[in-house]
Amino acid sequence: MIDLLIPTIISCVAALAVVYIMTPPLIKFLEKQNFTVKDMNKKEDVMVVRPGGPAIIAGIIISEIILYAFLQLNEILAILITTSAAFVIGYVDDRKVMGGWFKPVALAVAAIPIIALGTYDSYLVFPLFGAVQIPVLYLALIIFMIPITGNTINSIDVLNGVASGFMVIASFSLSLCLFIVQNYEIAVVSLPLGVVSLAFYKFHKVPSKIFPGDSGALALGAMYGGIAIVGDVEIIAAVALLPAVINSFLFLSSVKRVVEHRQIKGKPVEHTVDFKLQATDDKKAPVTLVRLILAGGGPMSEKQVGFAIFKLAIFSGFLAVITALMMGVSL
Amino acid sequence: MKSELFGFLFAMWCLIIIGGGIIVTLLGPISVSGFGEFDWFVSSMIQAVIALVLVVIWILILSKIKNWVFKKEIKL
Repeated sequence: MIDLLIPTIISCVAALAVVYIMTPPLIKFLEKQNFTVKDMNKKEDVMVVRPGGPAIIAGIIISEIILYAFLQLNEILAILITTSAAFVIGYVDDRKVMGGWFKPVALAVAAIPIIALGTYDSYLVFPLFGAVQIPVLYLALIIFMIPITGNTINSIDVLNGVASGFMVIASFSLSLCLFIVQNYEIAVVSLPLGVVSLAFYKFHKVPSKIFPGDSGALALGAMYGGIAIVGDVEIIAAVALLPAVINSFLFLSSVKRVVEHRQIKGKPVEHTVDFKLQATDDKKAPVTLVRLILAGGGPMSEKQVGFAIFKLAIFSGFLAVITALMMGVSL
Repeated sequence: MKSELFGFLFAMWCLIIIGGGIIVTLLGPISVSGFGEFDWFVSSMIQAVIALVLVVIWILILSKIKNWVFKKEIKL
């Protein structure tokens, strides 16, 4: 484990530095190109640049290449190719609005490198009950996992700082769990995801200077899904991601179809006179995590809602750690 | 923030643990013979069908729990 210390430090420092240094010039470049969108939760007409995906993917690629130079694992290549493909898919969607089915289908294709490089184990491991081998079914799981994690992170990217802040908590929880289950190499490979998210959060937090866009959110989500598969911690990863899963579940169960959020007519959240967020009374509007938080807590500022989501993420991270500890126990 | 959300998270976690137990118990021992070289394929198909049924049941239970926990909020 000691021999992993140097690659860990170098890759994490590189991930942090690349995103931290690259994002300010990216913001200036995007401003010049007028790649801006209105921040809907600000009283004034505040325009924010997007996408921040290029800075995020640069941090991921450089840190993972450094790790590959040290460890030479096919798992790193699989994560790298899948994450880069997810970035490209997101970037296409950032530039040109695609249909609701585009991202899930394209992300399913992005999962193929994980299968092609044979970087998976067809056992699904559950806490307390052990593992079950499902060779063919596991291939389907891989194909579904990347679109689910990618779109789940994308769907929680609704307020300033939420997607990146949530990923910081979820991915560091997952890294901790990988250490607990003694999968040290993949734990080290997973650390740059949290570090990149943390570096990007500095620019994404309230008030956002840049949005990650679909390219950033899908890259983060796909990398998370890839780590879960190659690290053989699919169930633990799902637990750490539960608040975002709830958001997608609530949305889909109220809308009852796969649809782009732009196509939804009713808005789940509206603004008070002092521009705080409050749950809408519109029955046609989808039910989302933010709407439920506001329905239970009254009008809140954007920052308060973000912190409420982070509290849920910390709670699910705690459940993920318990799940990891339970992996060593069998009934 | 209301504690219902934490409760719902915890319920989802419990469902995952219980579901895992059911999957290991039901899918693990499935082994089909009599189809020659297609034994593995038939086994996999049976596993897939059972897994799909379990996922549908899991979603239905979750929907019921959601409606029960967030009764007031969802009827906004």
